[in-house]
Amino acid sequence: MRRSKYDRPTHLANSGGEGVRLKTSAMIASIAGPDQRTAPAPFGHALVKIATSRPDVVGLTADLSKYTDLHVFAKAYPERFYQMGMAEQLLMSAAAGLAREGFTPFVTTYAVFASRRAYDFIFMAIAEENLDVKIVCALPGLTTGYGPSHQATEDIAIFRGMPGLVIVDPCDAHEIAQATPAIAAHKGPVYMRLLRGNVPLVLDEYGYEFELGKAKMIRGGNDALVISSGFMTMRALETAKALAADGVDVGVLHVGTIKPLDEATIIREASKTGRMVIVAENHTVVGGLGEAVAGALMRAGVTPAGFRQIALPDAFLDAGALPTLHDRYGISTAAMTESIKSWL
Amino acid sequence: MTQIGHNVSLAERAWRIRRNALRMGEVQGQGYIAQALGISDVLAVSYFHALNYRPDEPEWEGRDRFLLSIGHYAIALYAALIEAQILPEDELETYGGDDSRLPMSGMAAYTPGMEVTGGSLGHGLGIAVGMALGLKKKSSNSFVYNLFSDGELDEGSTWEAAMSAGSYKLDNLIGIVDVNNMQADGPSTQQLNFEPLVPKFEAFGWHVARVDGNDIPTLVAAFDAARHTDAAKPRVVICDTKMAKGVPFLEERERNHFLRVEPDEWSQALTILDAGRPS
Repeated sequence: MRRSKYDRPTHLANSGGEGVRLKTSAMIASIAGPDQRTAPAPFGHALVKIATSRPDVVGLTADLSKYTDLHVFAKAYPERFYQMGMAEQLLMSAAAGLAREGFTPFVTTYAVFASRRAYDFIFMAIAEENLDVKIVCALPGLTTGYGPSHQATEDIAIFRGMPGLVIVDPCDAHEIAQATPAIAAHKGPVYMRLLRGNVPLVLDEYGYEFELGKAKMIRGGNDALVISSGFMTMRALETAKALAADGVDVGVLHVGTIKPLDEATIIREASKTGRMVIVAENHTVVGGLGEAVAGALMRAGVTPAGFRQIALPDAFLDAGALPTLHDRYGISTAAMTESIKSWL
Repeated sequence: MTQIGHNVSLAERAWRIRRNALRMGEVQGQGYIAQALGISDVLAVSYFHALNYRPDEPEWEGRDRFLLSIGHYAIALYAALIEAQILPEDELETYGGDDSRLPMSGMAAYTPGMEVTGGSLGHGLGIAVGMALGLKKKSSNSFVYNLFSDGELDEGSTWEAAMSAGSYKLDNLIGIVDVNNMQADGPSTQQLNFEPLVPKFEAFGWHVARVDGNDIPTLVAAFDAARHTDAAKPRVVICDTKMAKGVPFLEERERNHFLRVEPDEWSQALTILDAGRPS
């Protein structure tokens, strides 16, 4: 519950104050830990690589090339880059028009604007026509401290209802580098959640290879199974390491593609007896991976030893520093570890 | 320019388009007849004077693209596509029926010659911008025409696209605005006043002409000017049209956005139209 705007911050109201208060920092706060390996602008560099052999690939943005790593492509291929201005409806319509003329547009903006503002234009001009447009959006879920205007906490819920739209939620730079050519090769519209800037490198250590539409076991475990997408897989792996020290054996199934959902793999893994299933996602509890998995298991008659969701609350989230917010809403590694411990 | 039957006048084309539309209207007993009758002259000039296309090859790469942003005007476009021999005439009786290729609201996946899916208003011009950019990148000489309505001027997306077309100097894009001053809730200018329209488009960087959209020689001149001007600008032909033009008893209906016509009135309407057949 947010405080009243007429209450001063507690540490100022009570003389002396307490503790360290983090700052919001820039619009896009890095989710990389202090000592974590990272790769710069994985999407931008992957797109440039594809573009050398795919002259049909063009890039469009609505005044956010720098904040979606599309500037890397724009610099390499200025004649194939279209700045559409801060006009997301036009952005999607123009992409549809370019696709109709045989081009493969990669379109970038923030996830909030694509999902909330431009939905009808994606639905009718792109998806209904099964056009080859790839919508790649920064700030998915809770990846900025700027508050609900920029926090796309419900983008997957919104987009899951769109027929024919493939939804990809990559974990790290390794997966983005592989998913970008995969969605370029896919015929039809795609929505990909983007981590940009210096993006953590995690899944290469596990020998992970992205395949569109496939969920993959990253780590086995007999006590609980975390089914996760996006950077929550990175958190799930950190949690599994932390819990291993306590003798708790947690498996991690990464779902890089949210739609179409790899129900066969999910059902197979959730059917293994004695494991609680915990779905972890950087998204509201409503309408995301958690409910998708629950629905798939119910339809298949699979009842795991327990079912929990680690997800953002169905609420307008607070502004503030990202680590504080991740702790507050239960998606930091520490919060996730505590939650799972309390459930087992 | 494609010419199908060189000896047929544009007025005759427009009359035939109106007739096709009335016959489709009769199939449903109601519909967007007034818009179709109002825009028939513009469609006749488009398909039989301005546009380059191949009737037996609707997706020919060298064609001019004609986008119908106003999905509910599909009845009018089908009428023109039949006259242009892109659609067979006998499908007219399937209009709006199950399994028809001619749904009530125009969709690209259903109908040969239908370039885009309209209906969610305010989409056409933005798609036209993308197609015009794409054609330029392909060094194509084709034009993109986008037919949209005065009601669509209410949509912010139309103006996003208008600003973009001006910004990109899309001289291969020709907008056609049907100003019939009628929307679902009544006269368009009374819902949201979009006037003065000419200076608006000029301010957005367009070459603008505003003409009587039911006067064929004037339309021909405006379309010629739009196609041949050297201005590095998108072009718009704003067409003031009369709802239900050609059938006076329907013209006089105060609210004619969606016309309900009694069964015996269809033959009356056709009789009146036929009486005015161009010689």
